[in-house]
Amino acid sequence: MDTSMLITSAFVLMAIAFVIGRARSLAIASDLGGPKALNSLPVYYGTLMAMWSGIPCLVLVALWSVVDDYAIAHIITQELPEQVKALPETELNLVLSLITNIAANNAMGLDAEPYVINSANRLIALQQTSNMALTVVCLSTAMILMVLVWLKISPKMKARIKVEKAFTNILLLCASIAIFTTAGIVLSVLFESIRFFQSVPIHEFLFGLEWSPQMAIREDQVGGSGAFGAVPLFVGTMLISAIAMTIAVPAGLMAAIYLSEYARPKVRTTVKPLLEVLAGIPTVVYGFFAALTVAPFIKESGGLFGLDVSSESALAAGLVMGIMIIPFVSSLSDDVINAVPQSLRDGSLGLGATKSETIKQVVIPAALPGIVGGVLLAVSRAIGETMIVVMAAGLAANLTLNPTESVTTVTVQIVTLLVGDQEFNSPKTLSAFALGLVLFTITLALNYIALMVVKKYREQYE
Amino acid sequence: MKESSENLNAIDLVNRSLKARYRAEKRFKAYGIAAILFGLACLVILFTDIISKGHSAFLQTEVYLEVTFDSDRLDIDDVSNSAQLMAADYQGIIKAALRERFPDVSGRRDKRTLYSLVSNGAGFSLREMLIDDPSLLGKTVGVWLVADDDIDTYVKSRGDNPEDAFTGRMSDKQIAWVESLMENDQLALNFNTTFFTSGDSREPEQAGILGAVMGSLFTLIVTIVLSFPIGVAAAVYLEEYAPRNRLTDFIEVNINNLAAVPSIIFGLLGLAIFIGFFEMHRSIPLVGGLVLSLMTLPTIIISSRAAIKAVPPSIRDAALGLGASKMQMVLHHVLPLAMPGMLTGAIIGFAQALGETAPLLMIGMVAFIVDIPGGVADPATALPVQIFLWSDSPERAFVERTSAAIMVLLAFLISMNTLAIWLRKRLERRW
Repeated sequence: MDTSMLITSAFVLMAIAFVIGRARSLAIASDLGGPKALNSLPVYYGTLMAMWSGIPCLVLVALWSVVDDYAIAHIITQELPEQVKALPETELNLVLSLITNIAANNAMGLDAEPYVINSANRLIALQQTSNMALTVVCLSTAMILMVLVWLKISPKMKARIKVEKAFTNILLLCASIAIFTTAGIVLSVLFESIRFFQSVPIHEFLFGLEWSPQMAIREDQVGGSGAFGAVPLFVGTMLISAIAMTIAVPAGLMAAIYLSEYARPKVRTTVKPLLEVLAGIPTVVYGFFAALTVAPFIKESGGLFGLDVSSESALAAGLVMGIMIIPFVSSLSDDVINAVPQSLRDGSLGLGATKSETIKQVVIPAALPGIVGGVLLAVSRAIGETMIVVMAAGLAANLTLNPTESVTTVTVQIVTLLVGDQEFNSPKTLSAFALGLVLFTITLALNYIALMVVKKYREQYE
Repeated sequence: MKESSENLNAIDLVNRSLKARYRAEKRFKAYGIAAILFGLACLVILFTDIISKGHSAFLQTEVYLEVTFDSDRLDIDDVSNSAQLMAADYQGIIKAALRERFPDVSGRRDKRTLYSLVSNGAGFSLREMLIDDPSLLGKTVGVWLVADDDIDTYVKSRGDNPEDAFTGRMSDKQIAWVESLMENDQLALNFNTTFFTSGDSREPEQAGILGAVMGSLFTLIVTIVLSFPIGVAAAVYLEEYAPRNRLTDFIEVNINNLAAVPSIIFGLLGLAIFIGFFEMHRSIPLVGGLVLSLMTLPTIIISSRAAIKAVPPSIRDAALGLGASKMQMVLHHVLPLAMPGMLTGAIIGFAQALGETAPLLMIGMVAFIVDIPGGVADPATALPVQIFLWSDSPERAFVERTSAAIMVLLAFLISMNTLAIWLRKRLERRW
C-alpha cells in the first residue's frame, strides 16, 4: 500500500474504532442499567478508542517515510562494488541518483552498467519490502491498540478526562507550530549561511563592494570565483525602500489624518475600504504595472527633461512599491490617531487653536510613537517586498544612489540565484541563503523595535 | 489703561494672524484631500491600465477557411482507427485550404509566410472535429481556425483604421492577405475559449490559464485543509487553555514575528526543509500549499483569536455552570459562535495566499508546464506565477494575456473578499 492509501485506511480504522468503542461502552452499560452507569458519555469511549488506534499509526507512517529513504540509500551504497564506493562523495551521489531514476521510471532498457541496473532492481525490491513492512506494522499496531482499549473499557474508566487531556495536547501542538516554523526558518537559513561563510568570509560578504555571483564552472577558468560583496544590494534595497517611503508616508499619513479628523462618517466608510483595496492587490500585479506602465512612462518623461532614465530604474519600482504601502501606513496611523484621547483635542481647541494646529501640535505628537512604529513596519514590508522589484528593478549590482539608474535588491538576488535548477553546494546558491539570513534578521529587528515603540505608547493612555 | 491696551494688542495680533492661520488650515485640509485623491487615482489608473490592456485577450482572431478533409492527404483510410486519427497531418489540409484561398501565391518562401497566417495549433481543433464526427472525412467544410498571434495583434490594434495597426513581424504580403480576408468577412474576432481551456504554451494564441488556475486551486486546497484547522486549534489553545507562562509568551512572540516575516523567507524555508530535507518533489502544489499554509497561519490565528475573544464570557460561564466540560464548552458554544468571524479572517488570509508569488518561485513552481495538473502531486504552476512568467515574454500578444490573467486573478480575489464581507455582515452577531 502506498502512503496515501495507508493514511486513508488509518482514518477508516479510526471511524470503525469510534463505532466499536461507543458500542462497547453501551453494551457494558446496558448490564448495569443504561448509559447512566458510565463515567463518561459513550461518545468519549468511542473517541478514545479512535485516537488510540489512529494517532500512533499516523505518527509511525510519518516517521517511517522520513527514515526509510535514508535507510534504503544506506543499504544500496553498502552493496555497491568496492571501486564505486571508493568514489568521491559527489560522484557517488550522481550514481545514487541515477539508480533512483532508473528505479522510478522502470527504464530497464537503459544502457547503464550492470551494477547500476542490479542496484536499481534491489532498490525497487527494498522499497516494496519497506512499504509492505510499514503497512503490516502500522495496521497491526492499530488493531492491537484497538483490542487493548476494547478490553480496558469499563464503566469506571474516565474516558472523558483522557480525551480532554489529549485534546488539549493536540491544541498545544498546533499552537507550537509557530515555534517550529520560526525554528525551521532560522535553522534552514543559518545552516546554509554557515556553509556559505566557510567559502566566503563574513566580513567580505557584509562589507564587500562588488557583487557578481556568477562563477565559472571549472576552477581553472578565468574569474574562477565570483565576488560576494553585498553592499550594492543593501544600498539598492535602501534606495528603493526610501523612494517607496517618501511616497507612502506623506500620502498615507495625510490620508489617515483626513479620514479620522476631517472626513464625514459616510466619506470615511466608503473611502477607507477603497484605499484598502490597494493593499489587497497581489504584488505580482504591481510588478506588472511597474514594469510595463510606470517604467516606460518615467523613462519617457525623463527624456523630456533631458534625463537619461534607465528602463529598470529604481524610481519606477520604488514609486509603485510606495503606492502599495500607502494603505498599510494609513490604516496603522488611523488606529493610533483614533487612540489619542478626545480630551486632548478638546483642550487644544478650547484654547483657540484651529483644527490643523490641534492636529499638528497635539494629536500628531501624542500619536508619534505609534506612527513611528507603523512606519517601521512599513519599512520592513518594503525591504522584504519581492515581486515588484523582481519585475521592475534590474539585476546589475550598481553601487549608486541615483534613482534614475538601475539597482538590484536583496530579494531580487535571492530569486535570481535560486530559480531554476541549482546544485545545493555552490557558493552561488548558498549566498542566497546568507542574503535570506540578513533579510530575516533585519525585518525581525525592525518589527521588534516597532512593536516595542507601539507598546510603550499604548501604556501611556490606557 | 496699560492692561487694556495690551489686551487690545493681543487681540489685534490674533486677528492679524487669523487670515494666515485659516489659510494654513485650508492648506492642511487640502493636503489630506490630495493624499486621498492620489491613492484613489492610483487605484483607478491601475485598474484602467490593466483592463484596457487585457480586455482584448478575451477575443481571438479566427480565419474562415474551406477545409477539405482529404483522406489521401490526411493518410486516413479507416476512421475508426484512432491511431491514424491521432497521427494524421491536419496542418497539411489547412495549408491546402490556404493555398486554395490564395491561389496566386507561389514560391516556397511566400507559401511559408502564407501558412503562418494560421496558428500551428489549429490542426488540433480539426482533429477533434474529425474524432467527434468521422463522417466529415472526404467532405469540404467551412471552419473558423485560430489565427497566429501576429495576425491577432494586427487585427486588434487595427480597429477600423489600417494606419494604426501594429505590424510587428508581419510582412507586407501578409498584411495584404489579412486585409483581403477582412474584406470578405473571413476574419473575425470570436470569444477566446482557448484562454480558459488550455494550459501554458510558447505560442500566445494557444496559451491558456486553465493549468495555472488548477495549480492555484490545488495549492489553495492544501493551504485551506492544513492552515484552517491548525490555526483555529492554535487560537483556541491560546485563548481558552493557555496558562500564563513562558511557553505561551514564546508562542505569541513567534506568531507575531511570523506575521511580519517577508514571504520570500517562507520560500527559503520550503526549499531547505520540504525539498532539501524531506526530499519532496519540486514544482508540486503540495509543497506550495505547505509553504503557503505556514505563511497564512499567523493571519488565521490572529483573526481567530479576535473572533474567540468577541464571544462574551457569560456564554462560557453558562455552559460551564450547566455542567459542560471545558472541551464541550469550546466545541459546542464558543467555536460555533466564533465561526463567522474566524471564517471571515481565514478567507482574507486565503485571498492573500492566492495572490502570493515569491515563495512559489522558490520551490520551483515556475517551470514551463503545458499539462493541466490533475492532483496535488502533479507539477504545476499557479495563477500569479503564470502572470509573472507571461510578463517576461517578448510577444506583444502575451501582454494582453497577462493583463487578462490579472483580471481573472483579481476577480477571484474580489469575490473571495466580497464573500468574507458578506459572511461578516450576514452571520456576525453583536452582543
